[in-house]
Amino acid sequence: MKIAFQHKQAAHCENGVISNLLIHNGYAISEPLAFGIGSGLFFVFLPFFKINLAPAISFRPMPGFIFKRLCKRLGIKIKHQKFKNTATAKTSLDALLQKKIPVGLQVGVYDLTYFPDAYRFHFNAHNLVVYEKKEDTYLISDPVMENVTTLTTKELEKVRFSKGTFAPKGHLYYPIKFPEALPLKKAILKGIKATCRDMLAPVPIVGVKGMRMVAKAIKKWPKKVGTKKTNHYLGQIVRMQEEIGTGGGGFRFIYGAFLQEASEILKLPELIKFSKEITEIGDLWRDFAIDASRLYKNRSSEFDGYTKVADKLLILANKEEDFFKRLKKTIAQYG
Amino acid sequence: MKTNEVPQDIGNLANASMKELCYAIDKKGKYTTKLSDGWKVKTLVLNKSLELIEERAQEFKNNFKKGRISPIPYFMEINRMDLTVLSGYMNKWKWVLKRHFKPLIFDKLSQKILQKYADTFNISVDNFKNCNNE
Repeated sequence: MKIAFQHKQAAHCENGVISNLLIHNGYAISEPLAFGIGSGLFFVFLPFFKINLAPAISFRPMPGFIFKRLCKRLGIKIKHQKFKNTATAKTSLDALLQKKIPVGLQVGVYDLTYFPDAYRFHFNAHNLVVYEKKEDTYLISDPVMENVTTLTTKELEKVRFSKGTFAPKGHLYYPIKFPEALPLKKAILKGIKATCRDMLAPVPIVGVKGMRMVAKAIKKWPKKVGTKKTNHYLGQIVRMQEEIGTGGGGFRFIYGAFLQEASEILKLPELIKFSKEITEIGDLWRDFAIDASRLYKNRSSEFDGYTKVADKLLILANKEEDFFKRLKKTIAQYG
Repeated sequence: MKTNEVPQDIGNLANASMKELCYAIDKKGKYTTKLSDGWKVKTLVLNKSLELIEERAQEFKNNFKKGRISPIPYFMEINRMDLTVLSGYMNKWKWVLKRHFKPLIFDKLSQKILQKYADTFNISVDNFKNCNNE
């Protein structure tokens, strides 16, 4: 007999779904562990790609990457399915639920009826778990919600076939094969290494270099596009950094939790120090958010405030560069 | 962030029903999770983004009234859509949709296409044609 599905709220939807699915299958992988092993900490600046009328900035890798890397590093096999046709998408899902297999789904946020209006944007890479069907209602475990919720067949079809960038096309997934013992230690080391590599990447738009590029751009924006647009651009950075899913401070706090857990699993007390440091860096990110949002009230056209905010970002970039360089060195000793 | 620093600002009514999970440090320096009621910094930024949408929508409506554009940009804005999203729902190329922004071309659209737009924006054809969001 299978145990009933346990809903656990998470900060980030992708990690939350993986974590909940793995726990259901008897593998205690917490959200921070999933995030760390999947190398979820990231930074990228795409100046020519606009989201919400502002240059795109992301604190996370492409949707699905964390999941993919986590499963690869742990040796877990996942079955993915996408559909052209809404009817087959429904029957496939129903067949799985009939076998009492909880299924992960990629959905669009805009038509999720249980979301507050202010959070409903056309973002198509949200994740949730369907764990049961009762007549016309699907029982949903959405990791960013405190409790389980429901969606009707019609509502579920709409969010599964939302349109736009990253359109889910009914995407469903569930684990099918597990290794005898999870290679947890190796996977953690690999995850940390990849994060260090990403954040220190010799690419101008990625990692700490990307942060510096944003800082430079912030200084130029007021003259180039005017204060109103600059404020909007800064606002979007703050949103990406603090919106639902990040756990605050652009994922730095989840990473701190991960390093703490990793230090226990790997029996590496040094990592505790790193966990504390990244937490402090996360606090600085929050200060950055406060300062950046204050500029909305700054109606005068003085550019001083923008330079200050940009400098704060530069300090963050320097701190993180130092942090990841030392973390890389420490981890390199252990393989 | 310490557990007692997890922001508990009950912000706009819109997100009152939703609490977010935060990772924070307890008194012993251990990571734990705590629910947050919201953070005023976030609420401010979100509200400003929504204000901008409202502003742009109003501008599109004014331009529609002056006969400069079709009602499509207005409805895209209030539905928070961009061309990629609309092109997905309409099953048409973006450049085709962009042509429909022009009043002269919009006036020649078939009833079928108008209906499709109206369904996409979840509104009646009449209201759609008159840029009326009731």
